[in-house]
Amino acid sequence: MATAVALEASPTGSVTPGAGEVIIKVEGLTKTYTMGDVTVRALDGVSFEVRRGELLAIMGPSGSGKSTLMNVLGCLDQPGAGTYWLDGVETSTLDDDALAEVRNQKIGFVFQQFNLLARTSALEQVELPLLYAGVRDRQARALEALAAVGLADRARHRPTELSGGQQQRVAIARALVNNPALLLADEPTGALDTRTSEEIMAIFQRLNEEQGITVVFVTHEPDIARHTRRVIHLRDGQINQDAPVPEGERLTARPIQEAPAHEAAAARR
Amino acid sequence: MNLTESIRVALRALGANKLRAALTMLGMIIGVGSVIALMSIGRGVQAGITSQIKGLGSNLLFITPGSTTQGGVRAQAGTASTLTAEDAQAMLDSGRVPQAVAVAPEAPNGGQVVANGQNTFTRLNGVTPEFLEVRNFSVAEGDFFSAEQMAARSLVAVLGANTRQTLFGDSDAVGQTVRVNQINLRVIGVMAPKGAQAQGGQDDVIYVPLTTMQTRLNRARTARGGQTISTINVQLADDRVETRQAAVENIGELLRERHRVAQDDFTIRSQEDLLQTANQITGFITLFLGSVAGISLLVGGIGIMNIMLVSVTERTREIGIRKAIGAKRRDILAQFLIEATVVSVVGGAIGIFIGAGGSRLLNGIRFGGPTAQPIQTVVSPDAIVLAFTVSALIGLFFGVYPAVKASRLNPIEALRYE
Repeated sequence: MATAVALEASPTGSVTPGAGEVIIKVEGLTKTYTMGDVTVRALDGVSFEVRRGELLAIMGPSGSGKSTLMNVLGCLDQPGAGTYWLDGVETSTLDDDALAEVRNQKIGFVFQQFNLLARTSALEQVELPLLYAGVRDRQARALEALAAVGLADRARHRPTELSGGQQQRVAIARALVNNPALLLADEPTGALDTRTSEEIMAIFQRLNEEQGITVVFVTHEPDIARHTRRVIHLRDGQINQDAPVPEGERLTARPIQEAPAHEAAAARR
Repeated sequence: MNLTESIRVALRALGANKLRAALTMLGMIIGVGSVIALMSIGRGVQAGITSQIKGLGSNLLFITPGSTTQGGVRAQAGTASTLTAEDAQAMLDSGRVPQAVAVAPEAPNGGQVVANGQNTFTRLNGVTPEFLEVRNFSVAEGDFFSAEQMAARSLVAVLGANTRQTLFGDSDAVGQTVRVNQINLRVIGVMAPKGAQAQGGQDDVIYVPLTTMQTRLNRARTARGGQTISTINVQLADDRVETRQAAVENIGELLRERHRVAQDDFTIRSQEDLLQTANQITGFITLFLGSVAGISLLVGGIGIMNIMLVSVTERTREIGIRKAIGAKRRDILAQFLIEATVVSVVGGAIGIFIGAGGSRLLNGIRFGGPTAQPIQTVVSPDAIVLAFTVSALIGLFFGVYPAVKASRLNPIEALRYE
């Protein structure tokens, strides 16, 4: 299987989960939005730590501030107050270009709506972060990343020729291609059906267990959250609960199945 | 991200919307094309006039009489009758103008000419045999008159090419007789065609010996009783500025002495003076044509800016995605700047091709029938370089604002944009 070969070739190797140093540390994160006359506190003093190799979910009802938190963690947005250390670096000291470099090198971000470029092949989508990183031998690495999510045979397909699950896997390959230490996902299964969600979770679990990549994702589905080891609950911009998932409740996702014959045929057309 | 990769990204983005890219380029194509075409027409006019002035002869000075004053009103220059054939001869004989190698006085006069049952009004020009060499003319049929015929005030004539055509058509002209002011002149030669000139047709003329002109055809005299002439052509030994200046000074001194005046009653102009004046005028024409076309180039540039702004707005989400995965400000800036520059440079290149090609096609066409002056166009390399540079700069200039706008987008807001 192509996936297994790609994983063995990975330089990261296997890391014991939960034993790493602190990779994310936030203290008193606050973010307020003004909408007309109303001031909304999206984050209201959030503090927690994530260690290298953890797999954790952030849950909460809509409006609880989980997406805002993810954007701050992904260095896409700056908090109004509070501090965020990523890998020991205080991100508020970084300028726009340094933040772009952090997003490029240290973080892989997966969005609910995939956010792939239109009219661009899967291979080129995955090559983009390498392009901005100034890597020369992009194609080989991009193909490797596509193989790791089981899409080696879809490299030349454009987003419109791929199913939702396949598009999200292209997005994951794009997030992984620069070997980031941290994979952030904002409702990665929100636009997918249950079976496809399961496939995506399997990829996250495998990346976490086999490559030791720290994975943090947002979800509002309890079943999805049960695939992790730790769940943080947000409510009204504050941490409501931060607890490990009990051993007995944890789920292991089914590994990726090859796409059924009719779906593959449709995608190739 | 290096330049070649930026260009590839830009080309892909343009390729995604080919019609729009082509229409945007059309603005640049028309702008650059018209700059090249109109400038080449201006340059063509300049080249034509320059070659005409140079065709007058080499190292020439033209001396014309000053203006008359009647009742305190000064008339046009050249109206005074002060120059004589003796003035011309004195320049050579006195040895006071060593820079002069030949002189050729002219005494033109209009006249009705009858010959072969045809008649025409043409210019009669009384000249000396030296005229042929000094003014760079040549004879096509027969001969020009000799010094002997000049001294004998012979009743002979040499026809300009057009006059010959009008009077005799395809039949032989040499040996025929033309009648001017009730006097019969024998045609001894026909000039080679010289082409039209700013001062009027040089082929529409009849040359007669100066002496014949002054004694038999036109008896105008100076105030002092000399026989008047309108222009003295002086050929100088070489084209150095010092020679010219010395000659102008010497001739001025000689003529003032001969005319017994303190102030010049004549004007000395050189070929270079004529060239300078003409170049000033034609340069202005070129500039004028170029700036009219430049306006369309400017409009093309604004078209680029407009499309780039639309493009930035349309691709806000794409910019957000690129930023989210690590594109720096300068990457986005470069992408949009290069897109704008590629549009303008490619449009500019096509415009140069079309403008230069159009100018070539236009060259030699006679608007207004076969007798009209043909249009001359000169596609100069500096106009091409200028147009190309300007189009690249326009792309950069009008691309900066949209590109800066794109590069400053906040990634989160850009990603949320629908």
